[in-house]
Amino acid sequence: MTAPFLQTVGLRAHYGDAQALFGIDFHIGEGETVAVIGANGAGKSTFLKSVTGLVRVAPETVLIDGRPSGGSVPGDIVRQGVALVPEGRRLFPSLSVEENLLMGGYARRPGPWSLQRLYGMFPILKEKRKVPATSLSGGQQQMVAIGRALMSNPRLLLCDEISLGLAPIVIKEIYDALPAIAAEGMSVVIVEQDVMVAQRVSQRLYCFQEGRVSLEGASDGFTREQISQAYFGI
Amino acid sequence: MTETIIQGLLLGGLYCLFSLGLSLMFGVMRLTNIAQGDLIVAGGFAAISVAPLVGGHFVMAGVVLLPVAFAVGYALQRTVLNRTLGKDPLPSLVVTFGLSIVIQNALLELYSADPRSLDAGELATGSLNLGGDIYVGTLPLLILVAALACTAGLQLLFSTTSLGRAFRAVSDDREAAELMGLNSAKVYSVATALAFVLIALAGLFQGLRTTVSPADGPLLLLFAFESVIIGGMGSFWGTFVGALVLGVSQQVGFKFDPGWGVWFGHLVFLAVLLVRPNGLFPKTKG
Repeated sequence: MTAPFLQTVGLRAHYGDAQALFGIDFHIGEGETVAVIGANGAGKSTFLKSVTGLVRVAPETVLIDGRPSGGSVPGDIVRQGVALVPEGRRLFPSLSVEENLLMGGYARRPGPWSLQRLYGMFPILKEKRKVPATSLSGGQQQMVAIGRALMSNPRLLLCDEISLGLAPIVIKEIYDALPAIAAEGMSVVIVEQDVMVAQRVSQRLYCFQEGRVSLEGASDGFTREQISQAYFGI
Repeated sequence: MTETIIQGLLLGGLYCLFSLGLSLMFGVMRLTNIAQGDLIVAGGFAAISVAPLVGGHFVMAGVVLLPVAFAVGYALQRTVLNRTLGKDPLPSLVVTFGLSIVIQNALLELYSADPRSLDAGELATGSLNLGGDIYVGTLPLLILVAALACTAGLQLLFSTTSLGRAFRAVSDDREAAELMGLNSAKVYSVATALAFVLIALAGLFQGLRTTVSPADGPLLLLFAFESVIIGGMGSFWGTFVGALVLGVSQQVGFKFDPGWGVWFGHLVFLAVLLVRPNGLFPKTKG
């Protein structure tokens, strides 16, 4: 196994007085796809927010390429190659599809992703590039959100509940596109409520429960009982 | 009547310059600048002070003043106003209100309460024949053209440049914009810097066209507010049209009775609020 690209060591996070993460140990290597599952309130989104700088954490608890990066501003994190597809998409309503994608390229990291390449992958976005992004269907908006994150040419793509509120066929379409997206050695973290989907698309899996890791290992190495135990507790 | 309307449109040009900075700052960061009027007055006094140092011509005063206004706006946002922004609009209101009082008193201390004006040279008396027996002053016409150019320029900046894209993105969702690598503190500072350039320009023209005195600020702020709200928050062309509507209303009022002008403007403002609470061209959501 190669050295982890991103690692968290005893990651703790707070919202005001309330502690949401109680020491998360996590790692992901180059080219890996890792799933994070867990019930509502288990700390999955907080984990992604802590890694991307939206929630302040201690510097040495998040390591990118071995360098302490916790508590950096989001801009520094994205320039180091970690991009987030936020929960609920968070597209800019007053920007067109193309402008949303261009915003994603704001960090100007060099790499393979460009407007042309995204339009080749999602032709519908090219067709609708001039219309306001939030006038698209849910699935198309999710493509914009993923494309926007890819425009920063990330080494690690964090996807927060990208299936939320979408039709099963659209979810399948989006997850089927992932291997092609990750083909050039990009790492992907999938945060997902649907355990079956998470197991299918990932190599390794973490289950969070109340701010702690309750299960960790190869995605196909668990029985249903083990997972539901880790998911719901006793 | 034609003449009254033309005079009103020309006055509206000046009001448009009063309100564009307010519209810009509100549009980008939801900050209502209570000190807008006093800053315009300060801009007028600054132009009056600078003009003799650069040969007395107001164009030279403007050339010196506008870049300074840009720097002052940037610095003020970076050091003070950025700290007041958040979900709660109250801190920014209180801080700019305080700023307004500080500016009024500083100007009173520096320049006394006397109204002062800036010498416009030949421009003050020049006029253009619009055909028939209608003449318009060169200076008011120049101000209207400047207002039109500033409105079109801002709209173009917002819709076609990457800076404008950044303005709209931080306005929509600051956190998501920061995730893309945008530094919202810097983006806000550039917005305020541009607003201050517009404010200084408005002050310069106000000093040329009429007089400035330290107590004028609140009334100018009121005109700026009325223009922005008549036009609809968050739309520059709306602000432009709103300012013209206000200018014409006031001019019509003046026509009936010299004491009725400002009052008539308020009446039209209230009427627009009653009929279209979001203004004539509403754009801002949420």
